[in-house]
Amino acid sequence: MTATAERPATTIFRRPRSKTGIWSWITTVDHKRIGIMYGYAAFAFFIIGGLEAILLRVQLSQANAEFLTAGAYNALFTMHGTTMIFLFVMPASAAFMNYLLPLLVGARDVAFPRLNALSWWVFFFGAIFLYSTFFFGTSLPPIGPDAIPGNLPDGGGPGSFNWISGSPDGGWFGYQPNAGPFYSPGTAMDYWAGGLQILGLSSLISAVNFIVTTFNMRAKGMRLMRLPVFAWMTTVTAFLLLFSLPIIAVALFMVTIDRQFGSLFFAATAGGDPILWQHLFWLFGHPEVYILILPAMGIVSEVFPVFSRKPLFGYSAVVFAGAAIAFLGFGVWAHHMFASGITPVAQAAFGLATMTIAIPTGIKIFNWLGTMWGGRLRFTTPMLFAIGFIAMFTIGGLSGVTHSIVPSDWQQTDTYYIVAHFHYVIFGGAVFGLFAGLYYWFPKYSGRMLDEKLGKWHFWLQFIGFNLTFAPMHWLGLQGMVRRTWKYAPEMGLEGWNQAVTAGAVIIAISILIFMWNWARSRRRGRVAGMDPWDARTIEWMTPNPTPEHNFSEPLEITKLDHFWHLKYDEDEEGRPRRREDADAMLEHLEDVGNNPREPIHLPSSSFFPFLVGLGVPIIFYGIIYHTSIAGKALIVGGILLILASCVGWGIEPVDEPHYGDHDEEHGEEPVAEEGELVDD
Amino acid sequence: MASSGRLARVFALLGLAFLLGACSLVEIEDAVLTTFEPAGPNAQRIDDLFWMVFWIATGVFAFVVVALIVLVLRFRDREGAKEPKQLHGNAKVEVVWTVIPAIILAAIAVPTVQAVFDLTECDPAAMKVELIGHQWWFEAHYPDYEVDTANVIVIPAGREVCLEMTSEDVIHNFWAPSLHGKRYLVPGQWTQLKMEAYEPGEFWAHCAEFCGLSHSLMRARVLAVAESEFETWVAEQQQPAVLPEEGTQAYDGYQVFVNRGCTQCHAYRVDGEGGSEIPREAFNGPDLTHFASRHVFAGAILPEFGEDRETALARWLADPPSVKPGSFMPNLALSGEEIDDLIAFLEESR
Repeated sequence: MTATAERPATTIFRRPRSKTGIWSWITTVDHKRIGIMYGYAAFAFFIIGGLEAILLRVQLSQANAEFLTAGAYNALFTMHGTTMIFLFVMPASAAFMNYLLPLLVGARDVAFPRLNALSWWVFFFGAIFLYSTFFFGTSLPPIGPDAIPGNLPDGGGPGSFNWISGSPDGGWFGYQPNAGPFYSPGTAMDYWAGGLQILGLSSLISAVNFIVTTFNMRAKGMRLMRLPVFAWMTTVTAFLLLFSLPIIAVALFMVTIDRQFGSLFFAATAGGDPILWQHLFWLFGHPEVYILILPAMGIVSEVFPVFSRKPLFGYSAVVFAGAAIAFLGFGVWAHHMFASGITPVAQAAFGLATMTIAIPTGIKIFNWLGTMWGGRLRFTTPMLFAIGFIAMFTIGGLSGVTHSIVPSDWQQTDTYYIVAHFHYVIFGGAVFGLFAGLYYWFPKYSGRMLDEKLGKWHFWLQFIGFNLTFAPMHWLGLQGMVRRTWKYAPEMGLEGWNQAVTAGAVIIAISILIFMWNWARSRRRGRVAGMDPWDARTIEWMTPNPTPEHNFSEPLEITKLDHFWHLKYDEDEEGRPRRREDADAMLEHLEDVGNNPREPIHLPSSSFFPFLVGLGVPIIFYGIIYHTSIAGKALIVGGILLILASCVGWGIEPVDEPHYGDHDEEHGEEPVAEEGELVDD
Repeated sequence: MASSGRLARVFALLGLAFLLGACSLVEIEDAVLTTFEPAGPNAQRIDDLFWMVFWIATGVFAFVVVALIVLVLRFRDREGAKEPKQLHGNAKVEVVWTVIPAIILAAIAVPTVQAVFDLTECDPAAMKVELIGHQWWFEAHYPDYEVDTANVIVIPAGREVCLEMTSEDVIHNFWAPSLHGKRYLVPGQWTQLKMEAYEPGEFWAHCAEFCGLSHSLMRARVLAVAESEFETWVAEQQQPAVLPEEGTQAYDGYQVFVNRGCTQCHAYRVDGEGGSEIPREAFNGPDLTHFASRHVFAGAILPEFGEDRETALARWLADPPSVKPGSFMPNLALSGEEIDDLIAFLEESR
């Protein structure tokens, strides 16, 4: 990379240099800023998905209620599931991964910074595309192959019922043929399929980037078995994404082709197979569960050691258990389909495979308990969320074991017992873990601490509200409440517990409001964190708070697992940590040099092109939906041209050389790239 | 340390008491779709398996929670506490907590696999009932007897019946929790589910797979009756309907039935002229020949709890899609008189 001597004469391809303002965010390739954008977007969708859930709960708080129409109810649960999985938990995990992975491996950015920006913009425009269905989509009455169209009344068919008639209503799982061209003929399900396709593309781009970052960007001495567990789980998750997303991409293309061009992959009357969709969907969908939970497991694996003042018990066991969960996760998909009529041999095989997942999961839980054993436990808010994670995730894991008991699953599947199970895993597990991470790493983002008192209010209210909401769903399901049910009859005996559930949902909402207040307040007026506010163990805390743009000022040389801790502490004869005399001086030095690097630091340059390429993607998908019209064809061509032109621009834009603290056009010699330092993508 | 140890024990006992209490608390007395009251050998076998696993799982959960509570109380940071020893792990305990769960799982795997094979496939000699899913009602066809009915599936108690299932439109999922677990009804495929009730009785069923707009209103009943009663029922169902005599209100209702297009979808078998035949492969609604013999209708959602049958029928005929959103039975804008006539006609169709 010595192409700096000559600058192109034109200024069109000058790389953007804004450091503040809207353009700096649009053109940024800084992994931390991208992580922050992911985080805020994810949280916004958490609120939207939560409001959808509240509406569902109001409808279910009474037998035979008429608060929502059937169509609105179906639309809301479809969008609640889709939103919470693809627009909340996945991007929230991506926020942590983006922000932290380079810091955890000791790098200045991810391997491909512009690609990283691209994955964010593809996500952003994909999310907008998906939600634009509320404005542009349509949901129409079935035209099933056996239906007699003349019999469909003008006033009574589906489509006339729905006050949010633009929303997809075939479920987040889009089971065929119900979500196919004959039974959901409007464009809403096309928005759903296209939206997921775009979001999948975004995750796929991230996955490649994270894998390369972990393998190629580690600081000197950062061997794989010295990586912080969150970096490990990020990498494992990236492999899960890499292998599972192509499956759903193929399946969604099949649905799109079925719907747009009449290919009949899943239409039984034409020899297609509706069960095939389920196999493809869950072959992606089950690894997806681990895509949601493994990052949270990584987060709590960072939190327990810090607040127990002990190293993670059984580090290698925890890491390998995570990898084992991911690996086994590809061999259990048909446990979502035990009622589908697959043969007893297949049922038994998938049941047994599912049971085996309990083993690595148990290993993780026991090792976290082992970490706490003998420690000096500080019950800070992140620690409370991590402990809550263990308790709640254990319930979710154990109810998962009852699903592997195939005959037992025949009773449980498609009831609220399942709803309870996966909310214990995804909310009690992943979301509690994510909150632990938010409280823990907030100082890295803001330089300040979240308020502990409000944090504890948040935790306890969320913990109580969560259990009141989801625990009763176990016995509601086992006593006859089927899933995705708009109404239940009064004589089914379900009303009382449903009211408790709705009350629980309100308590959760209150706890989230407390969190939002805490965040808004602490960001400006919270206690200043300073260096190393938690007495932490891993190297991201060797940078000042908030993290400077260039992350590390000096090259690192990692000598041990929990490198940072060992710089601060050695051990006495009994094996107890003893603070080194020079620890405080070292922290002072790190803070000083972190904020005022001694040498110019090379950072990747901003770029417009990730934004432009990302913008082109949904344009093509709009075009596909309206491909029968001229406008649709124009959109397809326009989108492709925009992407191609932007890719050319991406390819030929010059390598600019902004240095930290150096905004001058001219600068001296190219600094020699240290190991672990970035050149450019 | 001693006092916190005692505290831990108290907490642990409280936790266990809470768990046990929760288990008794959650029995809903009047739940009609409960899995907790098996009424046949298949559901009984599943129930036994579930509770065995439930108690094992509860034991594991109690262990984890008690361990957490003990850890939290015993190792919480205190003034002047020593720094903890920096323990990195222990290979022996890793082996222990890998092997013990594996053994527990292997132990529950054995009865699981046995039950899967025992409970999945029908006895080939069992009486067959074809169950066909429609948006949003169940059609039951008895091929041995040429009987076609809807929403109420009558079976003889005390012997195995094989449901052979498929769907006319989307995927449905038949669930009669007192008798067995769920099985899909898949368009273009046939699935099997064996049904057996120990004693005569009425059992609720529900479609459990999301099947479109009125999924929540797709229910059914399984009516297990004594063997002799079953014979009588079959014989009655096999009879064609007798057309009402001219001049009666029921006859007027029959005229409405024929003239307002009902026969486009609904079969009505009579001896001789004047009935309605719908080919089995055509788009159809329930066979109404013996409508009055079925105590529930419209996907077994009507009459509602405490509702008079005629009121429910009137409500349904006046505007089906308002009762069951998306219903393929259209609002025919029938007059009040026409509805009364139709009710008289239908209620005579025993």
